[in-house]
Amino acid sequence: MLDIHLKKDYGNFTVETDFTSEGHGVTALFGHSGSGKTSIINMIAGLVQPDQGRIVIDDRCVFDRARGINLKPEKRRFGYVFQDGRLFPHLSIRSNLIYGMRRVKPGDRYIQFDQVVDLLGIEPLLERHPATLSGGEKQRVAIGRSLLTSPELLLMDEPLASLDAARKKEVLPFIGRLSSELSVPILYVSHSMDEILNLADTLVFLSQGKTMAVDSLETVTSRPDFQQIAGPMESGVVLSTLVQGHDSERGLTRMEFPGGVLKVPIMGAAVGQKVRIRIHPRDVAVALKRPCQTSFQNIFPATVTDVMKARNGNDLVNVNLNMSSPTGSETGSPAESPAYSSIVSTITRNALRKLDLRPGMKVFAMVKAVSICSGNTWDGNSWEKS
Amino acid sequence: MEFFKLTPLEFEALRLSLWISGWAVLASLGPGILVAWVLARKQFPGKALVDGLVHLPLVVPPVVTGYILLLLMGKRGLIGGWLFEMTGITFAFNWKGAALASAVMAFPLLVRAVRLSIEAVDQGLEQAAKTLGAGPVDLFFTVTLPLIFPGILTGIILAFARSLSEFGATITFVSNIPGETRTLPLALFSLTQMPDGEAGAMRLCIISIIVALIALTTSEILAKRMERRIKGEV
Repeated sequence: MLDIHLKKDYGNFTVETDFTSEGHGVTALFGHSGSGKTSIINMIAGLVQPDQGRIVIDDRCVFDRARGINLKPEKRRFGYVFQDGRLFPHLSIRSNLIYGMRRVKPGDRYIQFDQVVDLLGIEPLLERHPATLSGGEKQRVAIGRSLLTSPELLLMDEPLASLDAARKKEVLPFIGRLSSELSVPILYVSHSMDEILNLADTLVFLSQGKTMAVDSLETVTSRPDFQQIAGPMESGVVLSTLVQGHDSERGLTRMEFPGGVLKVPIMGAAVGQKVRIRIHPRDVAVALKRPCQTSFQNIFPATVTDVMKARNGNDLVNVNLNMSSPTGSETGSPAESPAYSSIVSTITRNALRKLDLRPGMKVFAMVKAVSICSGNTWDGNSWEKS
Repeated sequence: MEFFKLTPLEFEALRLSLWISGWAVLASLGPGILVAWVLARKQFPGKALVDGLVHLPLVVPPVVTGYILLLLMGKRGLIGGWLFEMTGITFAFNWKGAALASAVMAFPLLVRAVRLSIEAVDQGLEQAAKTLGAGPVDLFFTVTLPLIFPGILTGIILAFARSLSEFGATITFVSNIPGETRTLPLALFSLTQMPDGEAGAMRLCIISIIVALIALTTSEILAKRMERRIKGEV
């Protein structure tokens, strides 16, 4: 159980956050740069002192202003993976790895050296020096070094931000396995939805130092204010789907979600696997009647729930829709969610006027199959377990 | 070749110089690193004053420093008198006094070199050490100190070279006593005052230059090698 209440005044900028999270799995702190993510994680680590608040992990209080509790960072037993790795340049990889481990009482160690070296695949690097490692290797070692302190919570501050796309793909699967295989709770800071799409269980959405929402990815990303703030690149709505089957003849994968079945370009995920996908509001169109003879592969009956101005541009509006499958969702849905899914469509003001969309109207939502991004589809076994 | 044969007196001066300079550096190393760390990392009222005091010997005439030492550390001096009464140790007119004068004169150079290297240490690494469970003393010895080793080495050599060349403060504080406080520069000075001292003065002059050159090049080579090792390139 993570119970975080923090406030710090930086003069012209105030960071304020309140959230609780179930203490297992991955909790993502998501927001633009400058939204206060790193400040929050530094306060939790004890590197920055909050003005007010408290930090409680599993009934262990490490900071409480009111009660005068303020544990030093070295006493908090939180691992911290920094954006820039921060390996000690004067020590070998092996010495880097055991630096923190040696400072933990043997009785408190629940993660073993060999286990971490195996999991992260860093055996060949052990006798080398940080200067000779690639960015991805450095980050894996940095993750291993934090893990070996057997932390009660692992803080990760954009651990992939300094890596290129290929290196990201190299490191990401390991992070997914940490929480499932070693059951380390992770607080993961990111500004990239792609990174956390299939990683995070809970999303803490931050904007300008304030916590806007704390909930599942699906719920937070379908909020109208998320659409407005997150901006064009990150604003896609997340849907939790279950891979139903592949149709190699037509080159399609069928993915079931609460509210219907999506057809997407064929992907590597195994049948029965849970995969989160992101649907971009610009790739969703709205029609008043069910269209026929169209290239759209995915057409769902939907209800307009909200209409509001989009973030950038006065001439665009976001239409929030609830998609419900005509038959209801009688099969086992991937998550314990209602039998519909929210989705957002960005249309022009002109289109809004022509269709005269209002909350409560029955319409059809059309989703372009090619546009659906499935986030990180690594071999998938890891995701299934969480 | 006969020219390069040192007289026992000249040899004594060289030996004494190395001995005194060695002690001066050794004794000021600990305090020097501590002061450098405080100046690099801590903010406190009166910091500018402390900084100024440390650098004072660099800018006032060495004779002034020597005279202040005489007033403070002489046998009847403010601190020296008390020290002599309590422990029987005195700095007056002996090699320890010469070492003290050298140490005070070299201190600013040592502190500057170490301070610069501490300021260059990425504090992110120290933060990382904290999150890995290292307390302040622990992280200083396992992270900060190894990283500033090249800076410390530079400081040591600079301070050593400065000690070797120390003249004004030494002669004012502990006088020019053969075999006790007559270091190379003092011996050289004495020889120039004697009617037939030219050859000896020339020899000491050459020795001084050679010793200084050896010290500087050694420090340069060692510092480079150390830096490469710290960066893991070897």
